[in-house]
Amino acid sequence: MREIIIISGKGGTGKTSLTGAFAHLAADKIICDLDVDAPDLHLLLQPTKERLEEFYVGHEAEIDAEKCDGCGLCATMCQFGAIRENGAGFAVDPVRCEGCKVCVAFCPAAAIRFPERHCGHWYVSATRFGPLVHAQLFPGAENSGRLVMVLKQQARELAKARGVDLVLCDGAPGIGCPVISSLSGAHLAVAVTEPTPSGRHDLERVAALCRHFQTALAVIINKYDLNPDETARIEVFCHDESYPVLAQLPHDPLVTTAMIQGLVVTELPESDFSRELGQAWSRIEELAGLGR
Amino acid sequence: MIVAIASGKGGTGKTTVAASLATIWAGEVLGVDLDVEEPNLHLFLRPAIAGSEMAHMTVPTVAEAQCTYCGACSELCQFKAISVFNQVIITFPEMCHGCGGCIAICPEKALSAGQRELGEISWGQAGGVGFLAGRLRIGEAMSPPLMRRVKARLDQMLAATGGDAIIDAPPGVSCPAVNAVMDSDVILLVTEPTPFGVYDFQLAWEAFTPLGKPMGAVINRAGLGNDAIYRFCQEKGLPILAEIPYDRAIAEAYARGRIIATVSTGLKAIFVSLRDQIRDLAQPNRSREAAHA
Repeated sequence: MREIIIISGKGGTGKTSLTGAFAHLAADKIICDLDVDAPDLHLLLQPTKERLEEFYVGHEAEIDAEKCDGCGLCATMCQFGAIRENGAGFAVDPVRCEGCKVCVAFCPAAAIRFPERHCGHWYVSATRFGPLVHAQLFPGAENSGRLVMVLKQQARELAKARGVDLVLCDGAPGIGCPVISSLSGAHLAVAVTEPTPSGRHDLERVAALCRHFQTALAVIINKYDLNPDETARIEVFCHDESYPVLAQLPHDPLVTTAMIQGLVVTELPESDFSRELGQAWSRIEELAGLGR
Repeated sequence: MIVAIASGKGGTGKTTVAASLATIWAGEVLGVDLDVEEPNLHLFLRPAIAGSEMAHMTVPTVAEAQCTYCGACSELCQFKAISVFNQVIITFPEMCHGCGGCIAICPEKALSAGQRELGEISWGQAGGVGFLAGRLRIGEAMSPPLMRRVKARLDQMLAATGGDAIIDAPPGVSCPAVNAVMDSDVILLVTEPTPFGVYDFQLAWEAFTPLGKPMGAVINRAGLGNDAIYRFCQEKGLPILAEIPYDRAIAEAYARGRIIATVSTGLKAIFVSLRDQIRDLAQPNRSREAAHA
């Protein structure tokens, strides 16, 4: 089984639009949206949910005002500034609470409850391109890395059960916990970048992350015609670091046209953009060792 | 006043808006990059860096000679960052959230404060604009601890200068994004009128509304996509403070590292108007007082 993850470093370079198109182009696969924080792939794939699960992870502190004697030890010990006196007594700010249990363990009055934290939902759905494993973290929640691990596990089990060789994942922007989680076990990362100062800078950082975790990386330059000089710099960087450049895609409102119709760009009439994407996908299959 | 520029969806123009606002702000202002995973503000403000320091967080180190393997530390730890079995104790510093619980609970005082490197904090000056940024170490999973340290320095800098700050926040709506905006006075949500932009904007609105701060929207690439974002803003009573037109020339100027507010007088006027509306949003009485004066 092969796992391919589409990442970018910088947000908004086209990860999800390209993942959607690859989901269309790939033969048998399980599709997985690992951007659990701000997932968008479902907007292109219109999934029918077949399984819904609650995602509980970690705990959060809650002070029982009846039992609290107001000593304030919890507020002193909390490293996250999550406990404050609000006039009526001490209270936990759920936005700042990391669920570390220090206040619970040290409260002399045993006045702090520690219920499980409900952080979101995850789903297995049917789409016109095949099964989709996806999730929605509650806005403002944490533990996205843990939810990414849950989704990957589900996608792998589903692939195994259905005898499918490929798990195709849409990743999150950045280089932090959800991205690190999504790289674990991946056979190939494809970074989508754009020829802007931010695009190149962020590509370099996400490439360093892939090196750190020894994940093979290939690159797609989207909107290559916005700044040919910057595109050339990205090509030099990729050449020097031996990252294959799979495609150079033009800045084209076609992607938005498709998005508004709830389609992926390769479902529109054939264009330079879709032809270039088709070639990119063939190269991805080669690099990931699919179909061998 | 601290203004946080956030978005939900990435690539909608947070850094463009932050750099532009900082440039035309007038008065003492700091541009602060809290997108520590992928900091980009310096690419546009191009500050002269005056200083930097490495930021660390406290993680446990073990003096094994004193450890009796009682397991109190591993029982307390909620993050699987310390483990005790048989006569072995192991720490996993990358998993540690720095709560200090294990150090405090150890009856033998066998644990003490060690350090994990989070990344770098740097500061400087870009013309009339102050600059402060965090840069996460490659491989570090947690951005909020570094963001807390950048914000601590921001507080010191603001206490010294008494000016305003414009925060460039990370994308998304989970813990890093919430950490970036939660200590601000005003939150500006930058989006684009596409289905992805609208969906993530709604998530951002849901995530940030409980913070109880004044919020406004900036619509970038106006003219692209459809009108769903306008309907959502109207429904929620969220003011649209600026619209930046969808224009290939703007995209090209951005791709060359230009600050959009300096590209044309028309664009500058959009940001000057945005600045004034942000000030009104932060101090609802201000415009009324001005009218009475």
